[in-house]
Amino acid sequence: MYQAIVFLPLLGAILAALISLFGAHARNPSGDTVEHHDDHGAHAHAAVAHDDHGHDDHGHDDHHVSEPAAQGSRAAEFITTGPLFVSAALSWFALVDVGFLKHDARVAVLPWIQSGDLQVAWSLHIDTLTAVMLVVVNTISSLVHLYSIGYMDEDPHRPRFFAYLSMFTFFMLMLVTADNLVQMFFGWEGVGLASYLLVGFWYQKPSAYAAAIKAFVVNRVGDFGFLLGIFTVFMLVGSVDLETIFHAAPGLTGKTVNFLGWKVDALTLACCLLFMGAMGKSAQFLLHTWLPDAMEGPTPVSALIHAATMVTAGVFMVARLSPLFELAPNAQAVVMFFGATTAFFAATVGLVQNDIKRVVAYSTCSQLGYMFVAMGAGAYSVGMFHLFTHAFFKALLFLGSGSVIYAMHHEQDMRMMGGLKDRIPYTYFVMVIGTLALTGFPLTAGYFSKDAIIESAYVSHNPFAYYGFLMTVVAAGLTSFYSWRLIFKTFHGEPHDQAHYEAAHESPIWMLVPIGILAVGSILAGYPFKELFAGHAVEDFFRESLKMHPHIIEEMHHINPVIAFLPTAMMVGGFLVAWLFYIRRPYLPEELASQQPLLYQFLLNKWYFDELYDLIFTRPAKWIGYQLWKKGDGFIIDGFGPDGVSARVLDITRNVVKIQTGYLYHYAFAMLIGVAGLITWFMFGYGGQ
Amino acid sequence: MTIGLGHYLSVAAILFTLGILGIFLNRKNIIVILMSIELILLAVNINLVAFSTFLGDIVGQVFALLVLTVAAAEAAIGLAVLVVYFRNRGSIAVEDVNLMKG
Amino acid sequence: MILPALFFYLFAGICVASAVMVVVSRNPVHSVLFLILAFVNASGLFVLMGAEFLAMMLIVVYVGAVAVLFLFVIMMLDVDFTQLREGFIEYLPVGLVIGGIFMFELLLIVGAWIIQPGTAKTITAAIPANVSNTEALGLVLYTKYIHYFQLAGMVLLVAMIGAIVLTLRHKANVKRQNINVQNARTPELAMSVRKVASGQGLQDADAAEWVK
Repeated sequence: MYQAIVFLPLLGAILAALISLFGAHARNPSGDTVEHHDDHGAHAHAAVAHDDHGHDDHGHDDHHVSEPAAQGSRAAEFITTGPLFVSAALSWFALVDVGFLKHDARVAVLPWIQSGDLQVAWSLHIDTLTAVMLVVVNTISSLVHLYSIGYMDEDPHRPRFFAYLSMFTFFMLMLVTADNLVQMFFGWEGVGLASYLLVGFWYQKPSAYAAAIKAFVVNRVGDFGFLLGIFTVFMLVGSVDLETIFHAAPGLTGKTVNFLGWKVDALTLACCLLFMGAMGKSAQFLLHTWLPDAMEGPTPVSALIHAATMVTAGVFMVARLSPLFELAPNAQAVVMFFGATTAFFAATVGLVQNDIKRVVAYSTCSQLGYMFVAMGAGAYSVGMFHLFTHAFFKALLFLGSGSVIYAMHHEQDMRMMGGLKDRIPYTYFVMVIGTLALTGFPLTAGYFSKDAIIESAYVSHNPFAYYGFLMTVVAAGLTSFYSWRLIFKTFHGEPHDQAHYEAAHESPIWMLVPIGILAVGSILAGYPFKELFAGHAVEDFFRESLKMHPHIIEEMHHINPVIAFLPTAMMVGGFLVAWLFYIRRPYLPEELASQQPLLYQFLLNKWYFDELYDLIFTRPAKWIGYQLWKKGDGFIIDGFGPDGVSARVLDITRNVVKIQTGYLYHYAFAMLIGVAGLITWFMFGYGGQ
Repeated sequence: MTIGLGHYLSVAAILFTLGILGIFLNRKNIIVILMSIELILLAVNINLVAFSTFLGDIVGQVFALLVLTVAAAEAAIGLAVLVVYFRNRGSIAVEDVNLMKG
Repeated sequence: MILPALFFYLFAGICVASAVMVVVSRNPVHSVLFLILAFVNASGLFVLMGAEFLAMMLIVVYVGAVAVLFLFVIMMLDVDFTQLREGFIEYLPVGLVIGGIFMFELLLIVGAWIIQPGTAKTITAAIPANVSNTEALGLVLYTKYIHYFQLAGMVLLVAMIGAIVLTLRHKANVKRQNINVQNARTPELAMSVRKVASGQGLQDADAAEWVK
């Protein structure tokens, strides 16, 4: 069964890829010469300082359809979506089987690497943590596939899209079922690749492929840390197999490693390096720059990859390696610090963004920070709980935004929207549900998971516990503000663009069904599961798959009720402020922005991180590359190598040619000199024979 | 004193050297070069005949006869080339003959 | 015994002196004349050595043909011999050095040679004692060395053809005969019958046409 869950998406991906290849060939046998209008506000995005996000920044989700649909598009859609639904159903079944019936499994697939000390086998490690992730990944993926049938209905490259989506799902499943670190890394890299391909799906647009490259490169920085972490672990334990590592971990406490001349605690080092990978993949502070730009991809991609699954890979990884992290409190401190900082930072930036997808992207970034705060506190199951619920409501928010975008005919700037609640009431309704869940309205899924995180931060023994608590509480208020800002700007008030408003209509059924299901999930994924993830059944449910901080759940339940109420209060406060700003006194935002221009610009330009990285990394790297190219390669290697040799040859020949005077007597003279020399040599050199 | 082989060979050597000097010392015209070549060939002939006489072998003289033939032919061709060259260039001064300059 | 030596030194001396004059003369005609003198003296040397046929051949071929050819060419080319180009002195030292080396080496060999003892047995064709030089040459040339003889003939033939090919040019205003054309002429081409009125004669127009 587990093989089916994991390999069905792969099968779908391969078939869709074949359809895509043959369809493309049939459509244009001599090569793809399609031109897309790539000048819709397209500009190489990487690090341009925007003074004012004018019309350019909404990164139109659109491209004029200038070619017919690929052959076999319909077939590709169903070939991928069908098996994925089967996989999703099986995943729910697996959750019950493993979580409640306690049938943990380890399914061997293939022997992989057998090289001296390094023994890596490909096998599926199925325990509760895995099962939870399987459910999340497959459910969201299948719903996104379904949604994409409607959303991408005008796109001529659907087979390729669905192939990539299924391929991504397969890699993600590889990641979560990994039995050893190398297999996990395989999935890790695979989802990075899929992210690159999907973000750059409309690759004719320069901003799209620039964003894809940025995503991949920033991920790579994190992956470098991850690799170093794997190497450290291998060096310490002698194996990359998870079981072996966990057994050996307790014996490694206190061991030190020589790292760049310093003696550092081995486990702390390994965990920090591994966390660096998580930072890249989950867009934590410092390695977050790729996530907003990744919104260049189609909205279903954003929902699947950048909300529910790929970015949660980092969270999953930390959870999976919880036995290691529990033994390295310093690493946990690092984790919590970054998580809390990210939560706050992303929320502040999300306050002023104008692109609807960017707001949700920063919200994702912030919520990931929340999850890491929980991880840092040692309450891994609470973090997983938030991952679980967040998948539902964030995917809902993204897909709902997609529905809005679809209704507004691919307009993404919120300043062009307004008053849509009468035109697309169904979308409005599910978006409100999603927002309620995100902000933590009582009894929604988000309420249970988010509050649990804040409580765990409060009771944690982590050095940064107070910092984490403070940041998450403040971020809760900010989250509420920007979420309701989104709703009010999009659905309430007066329409800013009459033409689009008139043309707005509800999306096709393919899109409405998934968001409806997700809305249901946003509500129901909380209460039934709260005991399992953040209550008394954690031990029983997760058993060996997570190693929690010993008493954290208990301490969470004995918390001061005022503290417990605080997040809800922040939520209400944020809602009221948003209502004031956007319903009651709509002139206030502009007034505030003009009175605080520096702050506004600082937030709008994402704390100038892109510009900073451009200055520190991109420009020097380009400079070095340029120097190596021109001077190193051009001057030194070419100059002393082929070019130099050929030039010297020319010089020599030019000088030798001067001997060819054309005068006969010069030639005769030369001959005579030669003859004289020969004779002399013969006479005296031969010893006078 | 008896004129031995050595005397004749010395004469031939001197003539040979003079012919060589004539090739690259002259700056007047090409005809002198051709004449110097004739001198060289003459020196060789003297050598051959001297050896033939003193070794008592007629082959030397046969060879000298053939050299004579070839020398005549070569002088003829050389002069023909010179004539044609003169027609095209109008000068046979040695310094003007540098069309092969490369 | 002194007479042969005297003659030898006479012939040799004049030969060398005229060779020097060949190289040094300003006037190319003088050079050729000195060349002729050198040849004649060399011929004398040959006679002294007992190769009288070759001596006569030298006169006939070299002087009579080659040197005369040189004279023809010099006179035909209208060489301006009054201009003595500089450069003779410039190259003299180097030339003397090279020449000196040559001569020194050659004389060294001459002075130091030893005839190998077994040379007598390697003689290819001994000079017969009781025939004249001409006959001796003839006895060998047409029997053992017939191939070389024929080849020499070939060489001469090729040289002759080569010389003609190089230098022959058809001048436009020189009348030439083409026998084949002449033989192929028919009465119609050769003659045209005209009616001439008595006392009139051919008109100019007719004549012009006829000449054409």
